[in-house]
Amino acid sequence: MTEKPYHDIPGTTLFDAEQSRKGYHLNMFCMSLMKADNRAAFKADERGYLDSYPMTEAQKQSVLDRDWNGMIALGGNIYFTSKIAATDGLSFQQIAAKMSGVSQAEYAQMMLDGGRSVEGNRSKKEQARG
Amino acid sequence: MARITAGVATSHVPAIGAALDNGKAGDDYWRPVFAGYEASKAWIAAEKPDVIILVYNDHASAFSLELIPTFAIGCAESFAPADEGWGPRPVPTVEGHPALAWHLAEQLIFDEFDMTIVNRMDVDHGLTVPLSLMFGQPDAWPCKVIPLAVNVVQYPPPSGKRCYNLGKAIRRAVDSFPEDLKVVVFGTGGMSHQLQGPRAGLINRDFDNAFLDRLIEDPEAQAAVPHLDYVREAGSEGIELVMWLIMRGALDPKVKVAHRFYHVPASNTAVGHLILENPGCA
Repeated sequence: MTEKPYHDIPGTTLFDAEQSRKGYHLNMFCMSLMKADNRAAFKADERGYLDSYPMTEAQKQSVLDRDWNGMIALGGNIYFTSKIAATDGLSFQQIAAKMSGVSQAEYAQMMLDGGRSVEGNRSKKEQARG
Repeated sequence: MARITAGVATSHVPAIGAALDNGKAGDDYWRPVFAGYEASKAWIAAEKPDVIILVYNDHASAFSLELIPTFAIGCAESFAPADEGWGPRPVPTVEGHPALAWHLAEQLIFDEFDMTIVNRMDVDHGLTVPLSLMFGQPDAWPCKVIPLAVNVVQYPPPSGKRCYNLGKAIRRAVDSFPEDLKVVVFGTGGMSHQLQGPRAGLINRDFDNAFLDRLIEDPEAQAAVPHLDYVREAGSEGIELVMWLIMRGALDPKVKVAHRFYHVPASNTAVGHLILENPGCA
C-alpha cells in the first residue's frame, strides 16, 4: 500500500484508485440492489446471490455479517454499501451509528448536539500526542 | 441574449427529501431546516428563471463504477427521478433544455473543458432535493433544468480551482447563447459531513462558515484550498463543497448576498444555503 497524505486522517477511508480496484465487484453487487427483483433474490438467498459475483470470500462474509466498516476496508464505497442498508430497511444514520460504534440513540443525540467535533479527529499524529 | 442572474448554493441531504415526501416537514426536527428556505421560495418565485443549470453529484444511481465521468452534462429532453433503492421520489420529471445544454457542451469543449455528453440519465436526490427545497411540491417544476453532474465519489474529484474555472467557462458559454433566457446556476452538496467509518458524523461549523464567507468575498482564495483540507476539516463527504465553486465561478467577482442560512443537523449533515445575485443583472 502506497502511503498517502490522507492515510493520516483517523477513522476515514478515501475511495481512491486502490480501494476502487479492490472493491469493484463488491460495489457492483451493491449496485445490483437498485432493482426490486434483485433485492428480493438477494434476501431469499444471500449466500447464493453473492456467489454469482466474483467477490473475495472476505468481501462476501463482510456483507453476510453486515460488517459496514469491514466492507469499506475491503474496497466498498459508502454510496454503494448503503444500498444493502436500504435493502435491509436501515437509514444512513443507522449504519453511521454502527460504523462509529455507538447506539443509534447516542449517534442521533451527538448529531443534535452539533455533530462529532473535528478537535482531536484531524490526524492520527495529533491523536497519538493526545 | 441569455444571462446568468444569480447563483444558489444548497446542501442536498437525502433525508430532507424523505421528510418532505413523507409529510414530516412540520416536525420539530425538520421545521428549522425548511424555515431556512421560506425566503428562498419567495425569492425564486419572484426571480422566475427560465433555466437552472444544476451542479450536483450522482450517488451511484445513474453512474456505477462502470463509467465515472468527472464532468457530465445532461442534454436530454427530460430526466426521470432515480430509484435509489426505495423507489423513485414522488417528484415531477425534470424537463431539460437541450438547445442550451448542447450549446454549453460545445462551447465548454472549445474552451478546453472536455464534458461528457449524456442523453439518457435518471437524476437522484442530489438534483431533486435542491429543487424541492426551492420550489416545494409543485405538480411540475416551473422551469427547465440542465443537470451538470460532477464526480465526487471516486477520489480524486476535480480540484476547487478546476471547478471555479469551469464556472467561468459556463458564464462565457451562457453569455454567447442568442436566445433571451434568464439562467440561475445551482451549486449543491455539503456542507461538512462524513457518512463512513468511525469518524462518521463529523461536523465543523467553523470550517463551514469560513467557507461561506470566502465563497462570497474571496472565491479565488477558496478555489486554491486543496482536497485534503476539505476531507480533514469537513469530512470525507464534505469534499462535495468543491461543486459550489462552479456556481460561484459563473457569477461576477462581486455579488450581492440575498440570503444566507446554516443549520446543524439534517440527519448526518450540516445544511448550508446561499443566494447570490449578480449586481445589475436581475
